[in-house]
This record gives sequence, C-alpha cells and structure tokens, in this order.
Amino acid sequence: MDNLQQQLFEGSRVRLSAIDLEKDPDVESKWTHDPDYLRALSPETVRPLAPFAVKKRYESIEKEMKEKRNSFYFTIRLKEDDRLIGFTRIEWIEWNNGAGRLTLGVGSPEDRGKGYGSESLHMILRYAFAELNLFRLGTLAIPTYNTGAIRFLERAGFVEEVRRREWVNRDGKRWDAVYLSLLRDEWKR
Amino acid sequence: MENLFTGKLVRLGAPTPSVDAPLFAKWSRDSEYARLLDTDPPTLMSAKSIQDEFEKGLEDQKGYIFIIHTLAENKQIGFVGLHSFDWANGNGWASIGIGEREYWGKGYGTEAMMLVLRFAFMELNLHRVSLAVFEFNARAIKSYGKAGFVIEGREREFMNREGRRWDIINMGVLRDEWMRREITGIKEIKETG
Repeated sequence: MDNLQQQLFEGSRVRLSAIDLEKDPDVESKWTHDPDYLRALSPETVRPLAPFAVKKRYESIEKEMKEKRNSFYFTIRLKEDDRLIGFTRIEWIEWNNGAGRLTLGVGSPEDRGKGYGSESLHMILRYAFAELNLFRLGTLAIPTYNTGAIRFLERAGFVEEVRRREWVNRDGKRWDAVYLSLLRDEWKR
Repeated sequence: MENLFTGKLVRLGAPTPSVDAPLFAKWSRDSEYARLLDTDPPTLMSAKSIQDEFEKGLEDQKGYIFIIHTLAENKQIGFVGLHSFDWANGNGWASIGIGEREYWGKGYGTEAMMLVLRFAFMELNLHRVSLAVFEFNARAIKSYGKAGFVIEGREREFMNREGRRWDIINMGVLRDEWMRREITGIKEIKETG
C-alpha cells in the first residue's frame, strides 16, 4: 500500500512533468543550438531546431504516446519554479519481452552536476520497473566520449553489453559507441 | 420534481473541455489518484492534448460525463460518467474520479455516484449498472457499497503494480435493488464482503 501512495512524479528538487506546448519549445530550441549537448546524446548528426520545429516534434511525441502506447515521455522541471531543465523518455517498448529503451538529457550545462539527473533517473527507473513492469531497460547508442553519461548510468547499476567499434566520427577522430542496460533484478530501488 | 443533478453536497454539471482539461492535467500529476483510476500506466500529457482527447470523446455523445461541483464552493472536484451502453439489454458502466484529494473520504464521491445512479435508473431506464474497482482501493469499494453496488466477482491477479499482483473487483447494481432502497429510504451500508 505504501508504495502505491508514494508519488511517482515528485522528487525532492525536480519533478517529472507534461510538455508545455507554449513555453517549452523556446527553451529546447536553445539547447539544440549547443552542439555539445546533441553530440553527447547520440551519434546522429547535429541539427538545430527553431521553436516551431520543436513544437511539431512535441506534438508528434504526444501523438505517438496516445496511439502506440509503447513510448512514455516526461519533461524534467525544477520544483521551485517549474523551469524546464530536461527530459526523459522510455520508448520502443516490446510488451511481449518486457524490454524498453531509456533516454535522459539535462539541456543546459549550468543545470548539470547538481544531482537533478540522478533524481530524475531514480523516478524513471521506478516507473519502468514498478509501473510498466519492464524486465530490462536498455539505452540508445552512447558515444564513448560521453564518459559522464556512462558513469552516471553505471552508478545506477547499468552495465555495458554492446560496444560498436569506431562508429562515431567527430572532429576528425573515431570513437566507439556503447549500449548499456539494466535488468529488473539489478535495479537498486 | 427535484433536480436530478443536484444532491446535498454536490451537483453534476456538463463538461467544458477547455475549462476541465487543465484540471484533468493537474489531477493526473497525482500518481496515487491516477493508479486508482486506470490499469494503464499513468502518463503526463499536455493540457492541449488532454483537451483534444476530451473533445473527441464528447463528439459522438454516446456516453455521459459529468463534472462534479461542490454546492458549497461551486468547485470542480472530479468527474463521474456512464458509458459503454448495451441498450438492448439495458446495461451500462459507471466510472468516477475525485481529483481533489481533500474531498476524499467525506461522502462527495458517494453522493455523486448516487446521483448518477438515479440518472441511470430514472432517466435512462437502465436495468443494471456495472463497474470495476481495484483490490487496493478500499475507500472506493466502501463508497460503491453505500451507493448500492454489490460485489459480483473478482478478476484474479489482473494487475501488476509495485511488484505484486492485484485483483480487479467487479461490482454491479440492479434496478430493483436500487428502487427498493429508494422507496424504503434504506441507505445503510450493504455488506459487500
């Protein structure tokens, strides 16, 4: 009973929240003009987005959530002023296998290294394992120069299970990309 | 004739998606509430998206959804609805949610359910009303018992939340049972097991 009454979306300093279609696009558009942020998230080519394009993306995320029911997207906001600082998402869920993939990003450098990401990760893992009842949670491809993200996930119990050698080519240098995963039994509640 | 939609604590009002969607969005942030309401994993959607869904749901006018207003403050505290009608047999399904937590356990939901049953039997002329409630929702099971529902069965281990499985309890109320209670004025809590 106690766990059912404990709020899923409220941390001590941050909360998981819905998209605000009016206010959020301007903020996220700024993040997409920081190539370091986009390069940290994925090996895909960096592409800055104007607010209208971010809004379109949000609408398609919500449409997919409603129609497919195998993707769950949350914004991350500071509790003190409701300011948007990041997002987290579980997608590509295969319900038959109980498998899904996790992404989490804190958009601006000033908001990193303050424990906001860890608090959000704690909440999304509980959502994945105690509400969605997933068996395993993988990541998308993480370029190995993003050592911060890899350490961050390993602290929560994730382990590296796939390494794609020299996949990423940036600034004239090649890097591996890794996939990590966490199984329900390994989850540190 | 007394107003079908008005009780002593609450009245049932028509929905206005542009007004109600922000409230639904606010209530959905309370995961305890959301997990009492639905087997689906709770999601957080923008007020705009909730409003669109709501408007779409109202278009066909197949079901009824009412917003529950308190009489004292005229404050919206939740919703109650009747839907999934099987008109040939006179069956319908009820659902209810009290989003404002400070109105839990004080008789507001029970009265709203009684009003919607009166509407179901006196206006829609249904023969029975069904609902499903989760094993961990003792407050609701007690409330439905007061409104006249009895337990008819359990769908065993239907749900998995927080690492254990829970039954879904099926309840129903028949027109005759409800009429007898109305006529004799007997409102005592039925033994619902």
